[in-house]
Amino acid sequence: MNLTLHVWRQKNAAARGRFVTYPASDVSPDMSFLEMLDVVNEALIAGGEDPIAFDHDCREGICGTCGMMIDGQAHGPRRATTACQLHMRTYRDGDEITIEPWRADAFPVVKDLVVDRSAFDRIVAAGGFITARTGSAPDGNAVPVPKAAADLAMDAAACIGCGACVAACPNASAMLFTAAKVSHLGLLPQGQPERHTRVRGMVAQMDAEGFGTCTNHFECEAACPKSISVRFIARMNRDYLVATLADRGEPASAEGGTG
Amino acid sequence: MSANAIPTPLRLNRTTGRTSSFLASSIGRKVVMALTGLVLFGYVVVHMLGNLQIYLGPAALNAYAVKLRAMPALLWGVRVLLFASAVLHVWAAVSLTRANVAARGIGYRERRNRESTYASRTMRWSGVILLLFIVYHLLHLTLGTVHPGFVPGDVYHNVVRGFQMGIAPFFYVLAMLALGLHMYHGVWSLMQTVGLSHPRYDRLRYAFAAFITALVVLGNLSFPIAVMTGLLKDRSSSRAATAARR
Ligand code: HEM
Ligand code: FES
Repeated sequence: MNLTLHVWRQKNAAARGRFVTYPASDVSPDMSFLEMLDVVNEALIAGGEDPIAFDHDCREGICGTCGMMIDGQAHGPRRATTACQLHMRTYRDGDEITIEPWRADAFPVVKDLVVDRSAFDRIVAAGGFITARTGSAPDGNAVPVPKAAADLAMDAAACIGCGACVAACPNASAMLFTAAKVSHLGLLPQGQPERHTRVRGMVAQMDAEGFGTCTNHFECEAACPKSISVRFIARMNRDYLVATLADRGEPASAEGGTG
Repeated sequence: MSANAIPTPLRLNRTTGRTSSFLASSIGRKVVMALTGLVLFGYVVVHMLGNLQIYLGPAALNAYAVKLRAMPALLWGVRVLLFASAVLHVWAAVSLTRANVAARGIGYRERRNRESTYASRTMRWSGVILLLFIVYHLLHLTLGTVHPGFVPGDVYHNVVRGFQMGIAPFFYVLAMLALGLHMYHGVWSLMQTVGLSHPRYDRLRYAFAAFITALVVLGNLSFPIAVMTGLLKDRSSSRAATAARR
């Protein structure tokens, strides 16, 4: 099939970008969306032009590196699907496709469709470490984890940090991502000692990065390739409230007994 | 990673009080918006139920007004609470909306919504309509400034006469549509904001929001409609109006 692409081209972070129209000819329905872009890029390179820059790594929907706005939807029209797992059989001959980078001031464009998502890394870092014994590996199952908590923590840990939630949110809010990262450890016994400092640290960093705030549109959940539930946002709000109310506002008492 | 200007958060140190760091945070301001919204919605429900007494006739409604005025502590307590809630609500809404707009300086050429609703996307506009309406409503039926024949104390007459005037019922109908949108999204959204979410009960949030919104909006809409269709007539009007003019 033959398609027409309208792609955002931007030389570097400082340059002004614009949309450029490219034909995509002889596209096989078995190609992935990224393979289709590879073919377009081959032609660009052959013609001495700069290929379209886009992020990708595993190409099997598990790393979270890829991501672009395709016809106004993060990762394209299929639910629970990354751009690398979107296949061209979704499209019909003659379709026009608009491809844009994630748009959020906290995700500055590096080049074309590549954005800088290190704000996410800083949110995770702001959560801090968990208290754990170093040295030899602990025995498996030494800490009992209830099945329900393990399942829910796993659901949160499924987040691959691709940024689709921010891209799809009308407010460019990172609350689904942050909520998944807060809940992932907050649900497990190993994550309890730092539960309160973790949620407050991550939320403070999320705010400082300049993301928007949630107004419960739930576009994030619909766009998430891992279908992370917005219930994690409610859980984060709950944890944040409790952490604020429980804060003693002072270091542990110096007058405390020394045993 | 861009080396310049890595954002640092408000330090969670001992000099930032927990209240100020809470109010500076996105979640803190959202909780303020949710709790003040709950106060305002709670009032809207009680207000509508109280107004239903108009169907019991002038004596019942006017007696209700007298009863409320006989309890100045309650009356003024509620007024202060409502005013403080409205101020805090608008403060939170404005500051969060500004942050949300600023978070995406360059928008998309194309975007398609999947889960959001008309109500959720228009909260700031339905909110502004409500604010304007509240001012108008106070001038109309509390102070009587923009009322054609206001008689202090004769609530029944004021309502019926007020809704007979050409443009007034139109404002009320418009405002109730805005209230319906704001309330439907607001009621379930505030539960999500304060963390009330559970797989088993989440669907009830939407049902509850739809029910309470329909109750309030239909109840309130019935008043101007009842006047315009002649169901409610101003039996006391000429007598009370001449009495007041003397
Ligand atoms: C006076 C002008 C008003 C403005 C500018 C305003 C604006 C807003 C905005 C922008 C939101 C956020 C949207 C969201 O989170 O989805 C909101 C939420 C809300 N509003 Fe208002 N509003 C106003 C009046 C009211 C009134 C009169 C009520 C109640 C009768 C009310 C109740 C609520 C509630 C309960 C929420 C939900 C908070 C949450 O999401 O947790 N608002 N409002
Ligand atoms: S490239 Fe790894 S998820 Fe798409």
